[in-house]
Amino acid sequence: MAIIKHSQVVEDPWTTVTAVDDPLPSNDQPVIVSLARWQADRAALIARRSPLGLRLSSAESPAVVADDLAYFELFALEFPAFTDGRAYSHARLLRERYGYSGEIRAVGHVLRDQLIFMRRCGFDAFEVPRSGDAAAALAQFQAALSEIDVWYQTAPDAQTPVFARRQHMSEAFLNGTAG
Amino acid sequence: MYRYDEFDQRLVDQRVAQFRDQVARRLSGELTEDEFKPLRLMNGLYLQLHAYMLRVAIPYGTLSSRQLHQLAHIARRYDRGFAHFTTRQNIQYNWPRLEDTPDILAELASVEMHAIQTSGNCIRNTTADQYAGVAADEVEDPRIHAEVIRQWSTLHPEFSFLPRKFKIAVTGAQHDRAAIRVHDIGLVIRRDANANVGFEVVVGGGLGRTPMVGKTIREFLPKQYLLSYLEAILRVYNQLGRRDNKYKARVKILVHETGVEEFTEMVETEWRHIRDGAIDLPAEEVARIRAYFAAPDYQTLSAAPPEYTAKLAADPTFADWVRTNIAAHKVPGYAIVNISLKPIGGIPGDATADQMDAIADLAALYSDREIRVTHEQNLVLPYVRQTDLYLLWQELRRQGLATANLNLISDIIACPGLDYCALANARSIPVAQQISERFADLKRQHDIGELRLKISGCINACGHHHVGNIGILGVDRRGEEYYQITLGGTPDEQAAIGTIVGPAFASDQVVDAVETIVDTYVGQRQDGELFIDTYRRIGNAPFKESLYGNH
Repeated sequence: MAIIKHSQVVEDPWTTVTAVDDPLPSNDQPVIVSLARWQADRAALIARRSPLGLRLSSAESPAVVADDLAYFELFALEFPAFTDGRAYSHARLLRERYGYSGEIRAVGHVLRDQLIFMRRCGFDAFEVPRSGDAAAALAQFQAALSEIDVWYQTAPDAQTPVFARRQHMSEAFLNGTAG
Repeated sequence: MYRYDEFDQRLVDQRVAQFRDQVARRLSGELTEDEFKPLRLMNGLYLQLHAYMLRVAIPYGTLSSRQLHQLAHIARRYDRGFAHFTTRQNIQYNWPRLEDTPDILAELASVEMHAIQTSGNCIRNTTADQYAGVAADEVEDPRIHAEVIRQWSTLHPEFSFLPRKFKIAVTGAQHDRAAIRVHDIGLVIRRDANANVGFEVVVGGGLGRTPMVGKTIREFLPKQYLLSYLEAILRVYNQLGRRDNKYKARVKILVHETGVEEFTEMVETEWRHIRDGAIDLPAEEVARIRAYFAAPDYQTLSAAPPEYTAKLAADPTFADWVRTNIAAHKVPGYAIVNISLKPIGGIPGDATADQMDAIADLAALYSDREIRVTHEQNLVLPYVRQTDLYLLWQELRRQGLATANLNLISDIIACPGLDYCALANARSIPVAQQISERFADLKRQHDIGELRLKISGCINACGHHHVGNIGILGVDRRGEEYYQITLGGTPDEQAAIGTIVGPAFASDQVVDAVETIVDTYVGQRQDGELFIDTYRRIGNAPFKESLYGNH
């Protein structure tokens, strides 16, 4: 798998440990753990000095760790199938309700044609199948994200919703600053 | 009616380009059918029994003459010269070629139409009362809010992969013509004690294999909060709706299993977090949309002018049509005209390209260039002067479009059934045609009076049989088509699910069974009661007796 983050293919420094009793990497290695591991091993994981990430299944809401967000530099939200859209809500909750500003990574069945929705909901990193070279993967990624640039809704990304663009245009028109 | 601005237009144009690329990738083999399927479904393209089917959205059932001409053109150029109006104010083309579909979408975009979200587990076309803006019993035009919802729900980034499809309907009238209580969300525009306008919010209605009437979760939502409240409902549903079983995935099951009180509390809690954020539209934007739905320039006319009443007296066939197919208009001297797409022996909801062109021309002449589509698969001209009715009726007659049967037994809702649909167990269309022919005598139909008959070819209930006064459900019994009959359903403000009357009938018995039910009603009715009122008074037993008593 390749990781695309901030529109670049990046090396993934993270190791993922999901089972409750699997060994953790050495203390200086960043590690992503499952919610079960976090709940079982909370104190030990906090005691590590390396970056910590949390992987949530689509059935696990980030609400359960709302008070612990400061411990995590990364959330990996799972799409067990592209049709399971729960993680879109989870990403928005992290960004908008809990003010989380670290990495939110889409993992699992992450397809080109859903990237544009994921980014709008606050995902900023994507685990995608490594097909061909990095440049080709990136080109596909950029193409998918540029297909639509008109959005009606507010969301945690930087896009301005259409109603605000309309207001801006009519104000500019009234102020004689249009064009 | 609403017109696209540069943003609306840019979005549908981009969508066409995106789909063109996806179809090219499919045709080149880069995408497998499995990979292509979710992409085509996001654009209303199904693969049916014999061919692809393209479902085009007609938002809240409002069309301009120009748009209807374009739909006719598409039927002629890319299909077999006809198309089918559905129960959700959409239109379906049954025979498009895959390689043509990007061009069809481009033709639609050129008249401000699209096929976005007409399938898939997303928020579908928002439907509304077909008499919006012209009904006398209306608080406010529902199309304003339906357009607000159309924009908000289009490519919603969070709600494009819900547990299951999600349907919203809006009415502003006392009498519910939009079946809002059998939608995932039904909205009724109301006034509170202080005359403020807002919405009653009904959630969890639906048909399918587990029919349910929706529950009111909020008596009055101030209208400026429409989108934040919808977003709260959808967010609760997206996270908690069942995904383990597609037959239990609709929001009605979540409401039922959670309990309406707890579900309401979850929605209200979510809403408190987001209600004063940036989701709801600024008042200026709502006003901008509202302006598009301003009333046409009505003339000051007297009601029932003499040249009109003289025609009514002189021509009983015209008078029959007026009696059934014309509804009262809120402006004196005007009429709401219903065009029946249910000719005797015809296919319910089908229209030929020539008929669509003719109706578009008549709307341009007589109805401010506007047409409405009803969930009962008929069309409406909303702004006709009473003095024009006779001429209009003669034109409609020439096109085979003046059947005087609105809300009568031959005004049948029927799904496409096994003639087209990959999900069907039995045919719907031939049953509808046979019933229509059995009751072909309009005098008899008028005597029977209002009677809603609805036919579905499978348990998914696209033909709304659960809410038919007489409902017919096609089932497969060891390779044979059988038809189960329910009685007493109704889709309106007193929404009720019909009750199964007894064992199913073979296809050569079902029309006789319907006639027996009708005869039983006629024998039992008192003082001009409607079928539904007689049924409510006497229940299933007399019908059961006459249907099965001798067996």
